[in-house]
Amino acid sequence: MLTLIAKRAVLGVFTLWLVSVLVFAGTEILPGDVAGAILGQSATPESLARLRAELGLDVPALQRYVEWLTGFLQGDMGRSMASGQPVAGLLWPRFWNTMSLAAYAGVIAVPLAVGLGIMAAALRGGIFDRVSNVAALAFVSLPEYFLGLLLVLWLSVKTGWLPSLADTYEGMGMAAWFRATTLPMLVLVMVTTAQILRMTRTTVLGVMDQPYVETAYLKGLRNGRVVLRHATPNAAAPIVNVVSFNIAYLITGVVLVEAVFNYNGLGRFMVDAVSRRDLPLVQAAAMIFGAVYVFLNMVADIAAIALNPRLRHPRGKEA
Amino acid sequence: MTAVTSRLSAVPLTGWIGMALIAINLFLFAFGPMLAPYGQEEIVGVPFDAPQPGHPLGFDQNGRDMLSRVLYGAQTSIGISLAAVCLSFAIGVPLGILAALRGGWLDLVLSRLVDTVMSIPVLISALVVLQALGSSLPVLIVTIACLDSTRVFRLARLVAQGINVMDYAEVARLRGEGLAWMIRREILPNVLPPLVAEFGMRFCFTFLFVAGLSFLGLGVQPPFADWGGMVRDNQQGILYGLYAPLFPAAAIALVTIGVNLTVDWMLSGRTTVQGDNR
Repeated sequence: MLTLIAKRAVLGVFTLWLVSVLVFAGTEILPGDVAGAILGQSATPESLARLRAELGLDVPALQRYVEWLTGFLQGDMGRSMASGQPVAGLLWPRFWNTMSLAAYAGVIAVPLAVGLGIMAAALRGGIFDRVSNVAALAFVSLPEYFLGLLLVLWLSVKTGWLPSLADTYEGMGMAAWFRATTLPMLVLVMVTTAQILRMTRTTVLGVMDQPYVETAYLKGLRNGRVVLRHATPNAAAPIVNVVSFNIAYLITGVVLVEAVFNYNGLGRFMVDAVSRRDLPLVQAAAMIFGAVYVFLNMVADIAAIALNPRLRHPRGKEA
Repeated sequence: MTAVTSRLSAVPLTGWIGMALIAINLFLFAFGPMLAPYGQEEIVGVPFDAPQPGHPLGFDQNGRDMLSRVLYGAQTSIGISLAAVCLSFAIGVPLGILAALRGGWLDLVLSRLVDTVMSIPVLISALVVLQALGSSLPVLIVTIACLDSTRVFRLARLVAQGINVMDYAEVARLRGEGLAWMIRREILPNVLPPLVAEFGMRFCFTFLFVAGLSFLGLGVQPPFADWGGMVRDNQQGILYGLYAPLFPAAAIALVTIGVNLTVDWMLSGRTTVQGDNR
């Protein structure tokens, strides 16, 4: 099992490397010309050449990639093209802002959603199941900004309970931080809860169709006990997968939510960088997002191996 | 005929609502601009003015008629997503089936490539490409189609692989049928049902995605009006207790709810059938 986990970790690192290649290729080799984009209308051939040399764009792409990657691994993410400030100093505070918001939402959404999903599966076909199914489908379909704007209208503008913008700053108190970030958290919780609930329900129901669950029923066990003691443990590995998939979604879904509430996180940071076409910022932000995503997927896979006896002792080469 | 009617009566209420929503939106997609009482750039009132007779949805941030803008927006929003999904299926399905039938290095290379692209969140990849190329309609459609085709490829490959090992496919191969015949007569008819459901889900995702990019200011650029961009433009109105940004946002929601309800119903029917065959 340890070798399996180690293999998975190595694969994760390899994927990260591939991600770095894609991010670099996407920003550097695509035909958009950074120097031309910065200078815009005022570009002359001389000023273009000068700017390219300044930005190091006259060096071959491969050499630039190696330099960029080694710098990145040492924590040097280059400098912003617009302001000249080091990217790392701009990026990390926002990264932690995004992570705290995602964590705030995740801590509430995950237990809630898994609990409700198992309940819906246990009460299959009942009124709770049907209502939660339709509600979840509606929440999955609604765009984040629609929910966000509705919440702003009801909980902020009409009632004045919560601030409409998630203004956070360094050194603000815990209570103030929670108050400011509650609305964006609520939006994220609604969307992810709906997703996880639906998938958890499907997963548990899949297990409920197995013969051993029928046996448990035929032994005369009560419904609740069968669901909690027989079905759910066997659905644990796929549920962990579902949860991690949704936390990974949380990381990108946060981009839209940050835009709605003007939250100072990595998502808004990256969107601003893209609209200003600030290459080093976009590369760094994309790498960080990619790394978090790959890391979460890796953790999910390892957890699934640890939870599933059949994966712990794989047969054949496919597993 | 009786089979058709009995199947129609088996459609649950949610399925009907979903299909009705899709029909309404397709109608708006085709005829929206013709129904609009005012032009999409025409300034006919006071910015953010309340709904009133002749202007049932009020006015937007520039004093344009909101209803007309929403009707025009249908064409842009739905059109771009449809184009992107069709393109992504045109790329993903043939490559997926080919990879499944041929196997070998072609399968290996394509699958690894797809895995790598899928290991980055779609939004992040799209932002990287848009940063390099700037945002224009063709760039938007092709980028989303390419990123999305990885998911289509995976599904098409998986389903085609499943069919390829079936007895009837084996028999066809033993008869000496060629690759083209195999794809046309054995694989395509059987991969169609799951792919149709997938088309709905992909459309839903792409539609939300395009609207989301426009909402971020990185999708459809002026002078084209689309729903996501309209939410963004009118977002400030919400702070004054106005419903202006909610109308285009609700239009987006109605499309996705319609597609989701329909796909949900279609899939729930399909899984039982598949279960029976197993």
